[in-house]
Amino acid sequence: MNARSAGIGAVVTVGIVLTVLMALWWLSPTHNAGAVVVAFWNGSLGTRSAFFSGTLVRAVPLTLVGAGLCVAFRAGVFNIGGEGQLAIGAVAATVVGLEHSLGPLHVVAALAAGAVGGALWAGVAAVLKRRFGVLEVISTIMLNFVATNLVAYLVRGPLQEAKRVYPQTELIAVSARLARLAPGSRLHWGVLLAVTACVVAWWFLRETAAGFRVRVVGASPSAAAIVGRVDVRRVAAGALVVSGALAGLAGGVEVTGVTYALYENISPGYGFSAIAVAILAGQRPLLVPLSALLFATLETGALGMQRDAGVPSVVASALEAVVILATLLLGSGLLRKPAAVAQPQ
Amino acid sequence: MTGADPGESVALDLRGISKRFGEVAALTDVGLVVRRGSVHALLGENGAGKSTLMRVAMGLVAPDAGTISVSGIPAPQLTVRSASRAGLGMVHQHLSLAESLTALENVALGGVGLYRPRRVAERLRSVAAASGLDVPLDVPARDLSLAQRQHLEILKALAADARVLILDEPTAVLAPAEIRDLLLWVRGFAARGGSVVVVTHKLREALSVADDITVLRRGRTTLRGLAAGNTEASLARAIFPDATTGSSTSVAAPGEEVVVAERVSLVNEQGTVRIREASFVIRRHEIVGIAAVDGAGQHELLGALGALSPPVSGSLRLPPRVVVVPSDRHRDGIVLSMTLAENVALRGVGMARGRIAWRQVHQRARLLIQRFGISAASERVLASTLSGGNQQRLVVASAMEESVDFVVADNPTRGLDLNATAFVHEQLRIAAAGGAAVVVFSSDVDEVLALATRVLVVFHGTVREAGLDRDRIGSLMLGAA
Repeated sequence: MNARSAGIGAVVTVGIVLTVLMALWWLSPTHNAGAVVVAFWNGSLGTRSAFFSGTLVRAVPLTLVGAGLCVAFRAGVFNIGGEGQLAIGAVAATVVGLEHSLGPLHVVAALAAGAVGGALWAGVAAVLKRRFGVLEVISTIMLNFVATNLVAYLVRGPLQEAKRVYPQTELIAVSARLARLAPGSRLHWGVLLAVTACVVAWWFLRETAAGFRVRVVGASPSAAAIVGRVDVRRVAAGALVVSGALAGLAGGVEVTGVTYALYENISPGYGFSAIAVAILAGQRPLLVPLSALLFATLETGALGMQRDAGVPSVVASALEAVVILATLLLGSGLLRKPAAVAQPQ
Repeated sequence: MTGADPGESVALDLRGISKRFGEVAALTDVGLVVRRGSVHALLGENGAGKSTLMRVAMGLVAPDAGTISVSGIPAPQLTVRSASRAGLGMVHQHLSLAESLTALENVALGGVGLYRPRRVAERLRSVAAASGLDVPLDVPARDLSLAQRQHLEILKALAADARVLILDEPTAVLAPAEIRDLLLWVRGFAARGGSVVVVTHKLREALSVADDITVLRRGRTTLRGLAAGNTEASLARAIFPDATTGSSTSVAAPGEEVVVAERVSLVNEQGTVRIREASFVIRRHEIVGIAAVDGAGQHELLGALGALSPPVSGSLRLPPRVVVVPSDRHRDGIVLSMTLAENVALRGVGMARGRIAWRQVHQRARLLIQRFGISAASERVLASTLSGGNQQRLVVASAMEESVDFVVADNPTRGLDLNATAFVHEQLRIAAAGGAAVVVFSSDVDEVLALATRVLVVFHGTVREAGLDRDRIGSLMLGAA
């Protein structure tokens, strides 16, 4: 980010923060700004359970989807369909998780199914783009609607729990659940999976020929084709599928690590928040966990404000929307020109 | 030379015009005198300075030196508006109409104040009637034929009281019958006291329509005179004057056939046929020059030779190791936002597998920087920090790093200074000497001749062998032979 856009960013951010704080103070029933801040702190970072069972758990899907979006954005592919890919991944993981006799690899199979489901869902957009030139921005958004409505149908129809009362599936088999990292905490092994995914994405983009192709296609498609002899459309489609696989994996992790069942609203917009996560991280996978943690903190903090300080939930989502818009504003330059990655000697 | 006395009889007088763009002298001490009631043909190759000179006349480009006077009145600081007010009107080669607006609305676009359709229509009808150009006024521009659009552009200029019309390559898009009509109209306009400058590279047209002719070459005037005193041959000589030396490439004995094209047809992105059934052979050690005027099909030919787009019919045999030196290096040659080392890794990365050995890439990049004399602080700086010449050195260096079978260079020295140009030429010769076949296109015929051991001329979709005879190349390029 150059000095000018950084300056604009600073001014905009300060303005937004001041506005939001004033709005919060005004909206809080007690008109007590201190209580609002305390509620935010306690809801997100202030207590052990809030951090480990709330914020960190929430950061996991954001990290996974964000890591995939780094790959897509680096290839110049604007995948807006993380939400739908995550949902389909959750469906696939649930279907596998509901099986009873898969043995010790059950959870691996469920997660793999999630990744494949997300990849296939993104693959639809990839085929539409390669074959018919349909813009991925449009097709992935549309596929989000299809996916969320498909989930809504499944949990009321073929996959509904046996008593047919709640719009959700049966709980998945115990063997298909991700282990908790510590007793008494909701934090599960998915957090390590998420960090690993970021490291792998970083390594892929930096070290491998395929990853370099992704970066070149995003930076200059025609030079990639003419000098690099790169099949630009294929690389772009591949990057889209890879980001879909990671979003699907995030859906699988949510089912196997957090919810143990498929619900209608299994994702509170992870797929959209992850776009801001990836942009804030400057499309650098290694920065994605930090960026995801920031957004998870905002979300759990906002929930805390609603619970403890009576700040309405609409303010919570408005706050997040403002942060995402500000991030997009600041990141618009970054999205077009990814920072050059320093190479090892 | 005729009619140089400034006064009532001169409609447009440009004197001593010079203009530099960075390192490139686009115009050097150029003059153009357009007599009232005459047609003046301005001839020259691509890049000779014709368009720049006309843009100077229209107030679109401010010259570094020189004087302009319109109808005998000096116009020291010509702007777009004052040029138009002085009675100058230009019809650009690429017509600039608003597609969804009607002819009437297109004409009204340039107006000021309120838009009163009836008034514009009245004015336009009277102008159209006086000029004899007939265009339906209530039809959207996109539904007009190319000839009608051109007429509309002329009407636009006339509605603004243009007395001197500049037509840039007016016949490039027209069918033969339409060309005849247009040229007749041009003569008529001059007979009624108007003046027309026709910018063209078609010799026959220039001779048939013009009273006076000016030829530009590399930004200098090489011929000024009456059309009556000239022939196609004399004009061709002025456009491509004799070089001081012929090809400076020593002709090594050609080796085995590397590229074999048999009845190859090529289309552009829109699917229009641009090359029809071309057959030729290119051998090792040869440097084959491609000569062509703009849009003759050379772009598609180079794309196919560079293995970037396959032919739609016929057979084209290419060797395994083909490298391309593209003409637009910023877009096609390098990635500006990446380091020099990354740009070195870019070459052929489409075929690479597994990991990239960055350590070795950096070593190779350092070596290339040294060996090819690229001035850069290190291989870690971004390509965007290099000068244009050094960027092209980088492109050529990475292309020539390993031995290749076939080099396709598309205008490889465009915009380069003398040093960088010499470097590129030297590298192409080294590649040929080392056993590669080389194809080089340049919009500068002199450059083609300086490099080539053989020349292929592309004209209107046909590819013809032309040897190294400058006159023959020139006339083939212009379709005169």
